[in-house]
Amino acid sequence: MALTNFTQAINQAIAEEMERDPLTFLMGEDVVLGPFGATRGLLQKFGPKRVRNTPISEAGFVGAAVGAAMAGTRPICEVEFASFFYCAFDQVCNQAAKLRYMSGGQARMPITFRALYGAMGGAAAQHSETVYAQFLSVPGLKLVVPSGPADMKGLLKTAIRDDNPVIVFEHGALGRLKEEIPDGDYLVPLGKASIKRPGKNVTIIAIGAMVPKALKAAEKLAADGIDAEVLDPRTLIPLDEEAILTSVGKTNRVVIADEGHLRGGAAADISALIAEKGFDLLDGPIRRVTALDVPIPFSPPLEKAAIPDEAKIIATVRELMGG
Amino acid sequence: MDVGKDLLLKMYRSMQRIRQFETKIRDLFLANELPGFVHLSIGEEASAVGVCSALRDTDRITSTHRGHSHLIAKGGTLRQMMAELYGKRTGYCKGKGGSMHIVDFSLGILGANGIVGGGLPIATGSALAAVITGRDDVTACFFGDGASNEGTFHESLNLAAVWKLPVVFVCENNLYGEFTPMQDVTSVKDIAVRAQGYGIPGQIVDGNDVIEVYSRTSEAVARARAGEGPTLLECKTYRWEGHVAGEQAFIGAGAYRTEAEINEWKTRCPILRFEKTFAEGKKIGRAEIDQIIKETAAELEEAINFARTSPLPDPSEVTDDVFV
Repeated sequence: MALTNFTQAINQAIAEEMERDPLTFLMGEDVVLGPFGATRGLLQKFGPKRVRNTPISEAGFVGAAVGAAMAGTRPICEVEFASFFYCAFDQVCNQAAKLRYMSGGQARMPITFRALYGAMGGAAAQHSETVYAQFLSVPGLKLVVPSGPADMKGLLKTAIRDDNPVIVFEHGALGRLKEEIPDGDYLVPLGKASIKRPGKNVTIIAIGAMVPKALKAAEKLAADGIDAEVLDPRTLIPLDEEAILTSVGKTNRVVIADEGHLRGGAAADISALIAEKGFDLLDGPIRRVTALDVPIPFSPPLEKAAIPDEAKIIATVRELMGG
Repeated sequence: MDVGKDLLLKMYRSMQRIRQFETKIRDLFLANELPGFVHLSIGEEASAVGVCSALRDTDRITSTHRGHSHLIAKGGTLRQMMAELYGKRTGYCKGKGGSMHIVDFSLGILGANGIVGGGLPIATGSALAAVITGRDDVTACFFGDGASNEGTFHESLNLAAVWKLPVVFVCENNLYGEFTPMQDVTSVKDIAVRAQGYGIPGQIVDGNDVIEVYSRTSEAVARARAGEGPTLLECKTYRWEGHVAGEQAFIGAGAYRTEAEINEWKTRCPILRFEKTFAEGKKIGRAEIDQIIKETAAELEEAINFARTSPLPDPSEVTDDVFV
């Protein structure tokens, strides 16, 4: 076990997988320098053939990752900020996601896309958005949202080995979060939720950077005698429906905390699942704590008002618990 | 360029297969026998065949919505193509793709593509994969004049140039993007000049002369294989049929181009031109030409029978192949 931060975990996962498979390579904006640290030093380890700075040209290089995957390699493709996916929506949604199905199963699409998402302090709407919901209704993609260093490493390594297109969303505010990571070839399967804190009275389903906030909220709620379970789905596609319904079946109350927007978001999707398959398990309404339906603003008080936090989770849980 | 007789016959057969396939599916489509819609390449056979004749089996291509010609030229089997057009489970894509999405990985056909410009980044990435794996395979990327106005064209040419990737960009300029004349919506007369903006060679090619297409492509392929980077070829050609088969039913005749123009281009038919050059020049006998025409017709007939008698997919197959 070694104490490792979120960014170092990414770096380790990529380095280990590139070491393991010579067909794996890294491409993307500024991956040589790795301005945020995730890819720093990989050029020195693996050389310029396998660590490639792309032009700021998302449609071009995301599409090239698709072609490279179809032609037998295993690209790790970094799109610096997740909002930049909009520039490459065709390549992700029409090409990467669909070509296996449309070719009757001929195409293999082992691509891992990585991107920073979320509000990280004054980056404003085009660099702060939580965009995974935009991909939820595009069949053919897997969506991974790690909440801490160990999951980050284990999920990213699994994503790289997956023969399908996987998008790994890395919250920009989690970079320095530290945690012990198991030694050795640490893998976390896609589609398995993690109970980050067991509890009896209410389930808080928290996604990505909402997990640490939900854990802090749970500690404060415990002081009031409310024992909250914190469930991290870890991957949105595939989604661990069983774990969610089991937890709700135990606590009979659920709050979903997501930094994405309210309308059409991941929290809405999980709410629908619980309403359809777990209605009889519930003793109260499903509640969502999400970003407001506004573009994420720049100024600190406005940003804080727009995104969900520990206090909003606590208030919502208290309301739900009737007090 | 001196081309041996075997290759000439192969090229001719390939052009015949395209012409007969396309003519037949036009008729089948108009007879309501095929679902969806089809984009035909009649008149554009020489560019597909000239390019693919310069490739080896392990080289790859990407194609377009108007892709039957490219797939046939790269060796696609007519029966699996036909079955796909009929939406049958024996088709190339088990009925999941249809006319615009035929793929055969075993032949290096990374696929037709329904998105204009969609194949350009994919071809670039395919060429990148050759570099990563240390192989000297080349990727030929077919696209139309319309795609040259897409961002992906410009981004792909830049990326391929920067990384000196082994790709040959082949623009089949058939003068119309859907129903709009290319000169109305394109800043240059010749798309080949756009290569200059990316520091790579760009050449205008007579797209109806299979030998010229073959020669220019061979040079570009040699350059790519030697690690010298991409080339842009612009094959000037023309589609005899509409943007989609049966379009006259909804836009009427002569809505965006004249009969006179179409007839003028028909006089430049790539197949007749080949016959005049080689059959009348005695390099190939008329009997050999007739034999190929006959054999191709029989192959096509067999393909149609195969498609018609093949089973439709079972509805339970709808969820297959989303993920590995």
